[in-house]
Amino acid sequence: MSSQRGKRSPLASVGLHATLIGASVIAVFPVLWVLLTSLKPAKYAITTDFFKDTTLDNYRYLVDKTSFFTWFGNSALIAGVTTLLGVFISATTGYAVSRFKFPGMRPLMWTLLITQMFPMAILIVPLYNLMGQLGLLNQPVGLIITYLTIAVPFCAWMMKGFFDGIPVEIDESGRVDGLNPFGTFWRLILPLAKPGLAVTAFYSFITAWGEVAYSSAFMVGDENLTLAGGLQTFVTQYTANWGPMTAASVLIAVPAAVFFLFAQKHLVAGMTAGATKG
Amino acid sequence: MTVHTGQSTAKAAGEGARGRGRATGERPGRLRRALSTHWYAWTMVAPVVIVLGVIIGWPLGRGIYLSLTDANERNVGRTIGANHIDATYKFVGLDNYVDVLNDPVFMQRLWWTVVWTVCCVASTFLLGLVLANMLNREFRGRAAYRMMLILPWAVPGFVSVFAWRFLFNRDNGLLNKVLDGGGISAVPWLDDPTWAKFSVIAVNVWLGVPFMMVAILGGLQSIPGELYEAAEMDGAGPWKRFVYITIPGLRSVSSTVILLSTIWTFNMFPVIFLLTRGGPGDSTEILVTQAFRQAFVESPRDFAGSATWGVLILAVLMIFALVYRRSLRKQGEVW
Repeated sequence: MSSQRGKRSPLASVGLHATLIGASVIAVFPVLWVLLTSLKPAKYAITTDFFKDTTLDNYRYLVDKTSFFTWFGNSALIAGVTTLLGVFISATTGYAVSRFKFPGMRPLMWTLLITQMFPMAILIVPLYNLMGQLGLLNQPVGLIITYLTIAVPFCAWMMKGFFDGIPVEIDESGRVDGLNPFGTFWRLILPLAKPGLAVTAFYSFITAWGEVAYSSAFMVGDENLTLAGGLQTFVTQYTANWGPMTAASVLIAVPAAVFFLFAQKHLVAGMTAGATKG
Repeated sequence: MTVHTGQSTAKAAGEGARGRGRATGERPGRLRRALSTHWYAWTMVAPVVIVLGVIIGWPLGRGIYLSLTDANERNVGRTIGANHIDATYKFVGLDNYVDVLNDPVFMQRLWWTVVWTVCCVASTFLLGLVLANMLNREFRGRAAYRMMLILPWAVPGFVSVFAWRFLFNRDNGLLNKVLDGGGISAVPWLDDPTWAKFSVIAVNVWLGVPFMMVAILGGLQSIPGELYEAAEMDGAGPWKRFVYITIPGLRSVSSTVILLSTIWTFNMFPVIFLLTRGGPGDSTEILVTQAFRQAFVESPRDFAGSATWGVLILAVLMIFALVYRRSLRKQGEVW
């Protein structure tokens, strides 16, 4: 802000940096601590030494002695498919809602907004019974369908905000060139909406990657767990296997963090635009 | 075919100012006309409508129905191997609601859920506001601070919660070791009802601040700088500029993020479920974790009771959203 430039006293400057450093330490430290602990032998996990006999043993233990990679694979499959489907479905819907006026549009928009309010508590029991009847408990497909219900309403809402920001003239020029509406959407608009797609993809991915309640309820048996369920097996009420647990945490956080870095610039624009432009 | 639909949607995709679709009239051929005009739009939204209808609409209806029955693990229909056992639960009307609402447990949980939501949302919003205002200035290292401050957002929630459980551990957690080093006796972070409440709120605030901060930062950057310059010319100090320019300028962003984060926090399952399991005892149990516990943790699983709690949670949220919307309307917000 230009009005502030050059006017800050040294004392204010110190205060500013001190506050931000304090906040940054609080933000970063828990994550950093987990990373450092994962590199220590398990028996030192609970010591306060930052470095002690740095080793990859915890990671080795994860690979050799636990089903970590099975869980990782389950989560990757579920999150990947959820992301693909979620992005595609919500992009077409967002486009239709942004560009066409059609009967049923307003109720649809309201439904998308209201479903964000639904607590999983009301859906989880019927969904559990439904999945049970369809034989989809313990199946990735069951969770993918469930996660789509969480991700799609919000994503469609965000995508509408992004499409609203793309001038209608582009659609018109596409039609002049003889493209049909879907062709316009696919060839012209979608490439322009890349930031929106990135946000939608990230949101769908993180929803599926980090979901706890449905996966705890729907998936049982060591080989069917997702990461959220698998990690719980390391820490029970009374015992905690902190060494491997921290190593697993690091491996789980990395893909999400990488994805996040790509999407974060556009993330909030999408989230708040979607919700305010109703 | 292509030409035809191209033209019809060209009209539809225009401004639509003529109120297409509002005309009422049941002349024959109207449906066909509507179809030929709107089929593209309808096809494009069909997947979402189907997904929402089947996977949200149906379970919602069924959940409401279950809340009117006495369904539990023993009497729902199920298939074990080749044997199919028919459901034997029956319709009991509003009995479940009467039971739940007469049970002091519901009011206790509701009260704590409200306290939890208000504390979390207020703290995240205030911290987010302060940090965003700091980051909105120009100074060296701003990008680095920003990266560090949004880090908690990049880590999946359940991983962070376990990290905190690790730090909070009574005997071996880092926090207590540090306190011990400072000569302060260990704090039972997760083992004492009051401390556990404090701890779950602290973790949720830690998780929520980055989103608030970045959202408010976006809002701050959309306030024109000229406003501040003009105010400064008029002799307004930093505090006055904050109160008369920044706060009003942030209104639409803040009303959105407060609504979103209230709903998210109210339904925040993983933090409490993974950090304390609702304990010690049931002191940190919020409404959604209670509903989950009834259906999936306790035995026999009480499906009807859980569904009843679910419907009540939804009702509370709907009332909140309506009141919130009305209060925004009074202030002249469009939402």
